[in-house]
This record gives sequence, structure tokens and C-alpha cells, in this order.
Amino acid sequence: MTVLPFTAARRLTRSRTRRTGLGVSGWAAVVVLVLVAAAAVLAPLIAPYDPNTGDLLHPYATPSADHWLGTDGTGRDVFSRLVYGARTSLLGPAAVVLAALLLGVPLALVSAWRGGRTRIVLGSVLDVMFAIPGLLLAILAVAMFGPGLGAAVIALAIAYLPYVARLATTAAEGERRLPYVQALSVQGHGALRVNVRHVLRNLSPVLVGQASVAFAYALIDLASLSFLGLAVQAPQADWGVLASDKDALLKGHPLGVASASVLIVVTVLSLFVLGSRVSGEDRR
Amino acid sequence: MRRFLLRRLLGAVVTLLIASIVVYLCVYLSPGSPEQVLFGSRPPSPEVQAQVREYLGLDQSPVLRYLTWLGHVLSGDLGTSLITQQPVSSRIADPALVTLSLVAYAAVLIVLLGVGSGLLAALRPGPVDAGVTTLTSVATAVPAFVAAGVLISVFAVQLGWFPAYGQGDGVVGWWHGLTLPAVALAILASGLVSRVTRASARQELASEHVETARMRGISGGRLLRSHVLHNAAPSVVTVIGLQVAGLVAGAVVVEQAFGLNGLGGLLISSVQQKDFPVVQAIALVVVGAFVLLNLLADLVVMALDPRARVVAR
Repeated sequence: MTVLPFTAARRLTRSRTRRTGLGVSGWAAVVVLVLVAAAAVLAPLIAPYDPNTGDLLHPYATPSADHWLGTDGTGRDVFSRLVYGARTSLLGPAAVVLAALLLGVPLALVSAWRGGRTRIVLGSVLDVMFAIPGLLLAILAVAMFGPGLGAAVIALAIAYLPYVARLATTAAEGERRLPYVQALSVQGHGALRVNVRHVLRNLSPVLVGQASVAFAYALIDLASLSFLGLAVQAPQADWGVLASDKDALLKGHPLGVASASVLIVVTVLSLFVLGSRVSGEDRR
Repeated sequence: MRRFLLRRLLGAVVTLLIASIVVYLCVYLSPGSPEQVLFGSRPPSPEVQAQVREYLGLDQSPVLRYLTWLGHVLSGDLGTSLITQQPVSSRIADPALVTLSLVAYAAVLIVLLGVGSGLLAALRPGPVDAGVTTLTSVATAVPAFVAAGVLISVFAVQLGWFPAYGQGDGVVGWWHGLTLPAVALAILASGLVSRVTRASARQELASEHVETARMRGISGGRLLRSHVLHNAAPSVVTVIGLQVAGLVAGAVVVEQAFGLNGLGGLLISSVQQKDFPVVQAIALVVVGAFVLLNLLADLVVMALDPRARVVAR
């Protein structure tokens, strides 16, 4: 068995990299995300132009020192629109994930703690919710509240709830079986205290990892809705809106659409990498 | 097995029922009413309005309207469109055909690309594996509308191989028009399927039963088929089922990007016009397809894996 020492050595190095934290790809992901978040926060300082005022005399300008990524069909600076677009593109998913976590994690803790009938009832409710796709719900929400980021965020938060709750339930059930939980209960600590101070704290790496992945999917879904014209509305800068400029594509000016697309893909990829690193799951 | 099927079918029916109530509530609670959309900016006299309301059944209570609709659906009648007065079934037939062919086309691509590249990566460690894994990791981060933009720009505008809008006539034109949309729809899911295929094939390749089979002198295609693929298949099938089921709703993005007249576009316009029977029918088709495709995936898993049959009992 010449294979054995090799796998043992690999296992050793792997556990070592895990102990030191995120690893190279994890840190690269963090750098990307910090840059994108900084662009969103500091948009007015970074963007050289107003994102919504165009120079109609210079539509589809090629990249230059004045306009780093050129201009769009109405002469608006593409780089400035991308920087401002980071705001809605990140704020929306953040709201979705926060709402889904705030609702889903308590549900999961209760379901794992009580078990039995509570778990079955909550599980069936989640199963039904699971079958109604987020996009369908979002389109209906737009019908109720009118097009806009708010309606889309509410609909997606509801649609993401079963995913978050289901994953958190599985993790919490695993945690609940560990002897320390029983030990704490025997010592007379109340259910709330054990759950909040111990179970939740031990689950937090998994939850942060899941939140990161959910953030990525929410970003995709919200950008898709903006692409459809249902979430963020057209004149406002948003990565999904920028990527929906089919006119520019057909006229042979793909730079604006391409740079928005690249930003979306790179951000989503970074969130995936960060998610798998933080939760310690090895994405083979 | 039969009990399992019955339970799942019952679950599917309950899910559809609840989904239809949710959809009904959403449409009912949204501002504006259908006849206002019909009248447009020049509303007729109140008497005519009342007549129209009575004719459309809008003067009845919402609960009664829902129950009437439900009764009709159970007897196979999806109702008539409030806006065009066509039967809903004929109004959604063509769009449903477009969406379902698009999803079926994408599903074939997902199976071929996802499983193929996943197996390639699992069986060829080293540079091939690294290359495929990098590609599929990026693919999992490419939303359908981004893929659509790239495909339109490269294959429709630059090369002119495929149309950027709509689908042509005949089987060839149909295939031609649906190719780019199907690829755009398949990319993200293919990446996920590939990763799962690679992971579970790797797990089987490293397992003791495959090692034993190798020692018994089994190799090549037979080892792959009956020892690796058979055992890796259940998790791959589950992921494919989930992904394809999600595509029925996700197709709306690609349909809009390529100007296809599918269910997604009809859903958006019907929601805006408050055409309740059409919205309901589309929602039922989408949710029903999701539930059925997942059930189908579970049944395939049970056919492949005796352990799943035991659990289901």
C-alpha cells in the first residue's frame, strides 16, 4: 500500500492549511469582496462622473483616459455606473440574506430542539414553500407592490427561508446530538440559554458559510429580476440593469454589458469560495 | 413503495393547492382590477361596467370565485382569459411548448456537459482535472442572463451563426433558435452537476469495493459502469432533478433575453393585466413541474439504489 503515506501526508497539510484559516483563494475572495463593498460605500468619491447624467454627444465612446470603460448609448460613464451599481447590487442581497437568517435560524433551532411533531409540522411547511420558485414569487410580489427592489427583496427573503432553515436544522440537529448539549441541560441551563449561547455559537461558522452562498444566489436572482425590469428600475445604475442593455450588444458595443457581467461573476465566485472556506466544507 | 408514492402524490396535491391559494391571494391583493385594465383610459358608463363585472363573475365574493375556479380546474377546465376571452388552455399551450422544449433541451445539455465533464475530471487527475474543475467552478457563478449576453454578442452579433431573437419555423429553425437560449440556461446547472459528479465518482473510485473489484481483475468500462457509475448515480440524479425543476421558472430570464414567447413572458404580462386565470394556470404548471420533476428524480434514485427504497418504506 504505497498510497497510504501519501494520503496521510496530504491530510496533514490540508488540516494545517485549515488551521491557518482561509487559504490563498479564501483571502483572494475576501480582497475582492472588500474592494466591491468599498466601491459601494465610497461610490461618490470613486466615481468620476454622475451615473445618471449622460453626454448625448458622445454615445458609445471607446475607453479613454476620460472614460475608463467608455460610455453607454446615452453617453453615461460606464465605470461610474458600475461603481454606483454596486450599491443596489449588494444592498438587495444583504437584506434578503439577513431576513432569511433572522426568520430561518430561530425556526431551525426550535425544530431541532423540540423534534417530534414540531419538526414534522415545520418540515412540511418548509417543503411546501420549497416548491414555489423564488422568481415566480417575486413576479407575483411585483404585481402586488409594483416594480422595485423592495417587493423583490421581500419575495426572495420568503423564497430563501426554506433553504436557510433546512440547512440550519440539519446542522442544529447534528449539534444537539453532541454530549455537551446534554451536559449543559443536565446542569440546569435553560433551553434558550443553551441554544443561543452554545449551539448558535458553534453553528456560526456553518451559518456564515451558508449566508455567503445564499448572498451569492440572492445577488444572481435580484440581478436577474433587474434584468427583467422588475426590481431596480432602468435609469438607476445596477449591475443587472447594466447587463440587460441588449441594444448595446446588438449594436456591437459589448463593453458595458461585459464589465457588469464580469463583476457579477467575480463577486459571486468570491462569495462561493469564501462560503466553502468559512464553513470548513471541502469543495472537492 | 406504493405507500411512498401515494404519500408523495398526496404531498404534491397539497403543495399545488397551497400554491394556488398563495397565487390567488397575491393577485387578489394587488391594486387595480381586471376590468380597469380592459377598459383602459376611457371607462364606460357605470351600468356597462357593472354588466362586464357580472359577465366576468367579478361581482362574486373572492372565496366563491376561488372555489369556482378550483372546481373547474379539477374537472379539467382551466377557465377563460379575462383579457382575450380565449380558453386558458389554448392561450398557454404554445408558450408552454416553447418553455418545455427550452427546458428539455437545456436538461439534455446539463446531463451531457455536467456528467461528462465531471467524469472526465474524476478519471483524469492532474492538469485535466484542474482545468475542468476551474472551468466548472466559474460556470457555477455565471447567471443565465450573463451567459445570454456573451452568447448573443459572440454567436449572434459577431459570428452570426444563431439568431439573437425568437425561434424560426420548422424543426430546424426551432432547434436553431433554441440553441443559444438552452446553452445559456444550462451553464450554471452544468457546473453544479459536474462538481457533484466529480465528487461522488471520486468517492467511489477511492472506496474499498472498487479497490476489491480492481483486485478481482475487473477494469475499464465494466468497473466504471457497474461499480463507479452505479453507486455515484443517485446523488447526481438528485442534483439534476433539482436543477432541471428550477429551470422551469428560471427560463423566464432566458426567454426575455432572447425574445422567446414562453410561459415567463406570458406570466409577466398576465400579472400586469391581472388576468387571474392565466396567472393561476402558469403558476400551477411551474409549481407542478417542479414537484413532478423532483418526484421523478426520487423514483430514479430508488430504482438505482435499494437503500433508498428501504428508507422510503
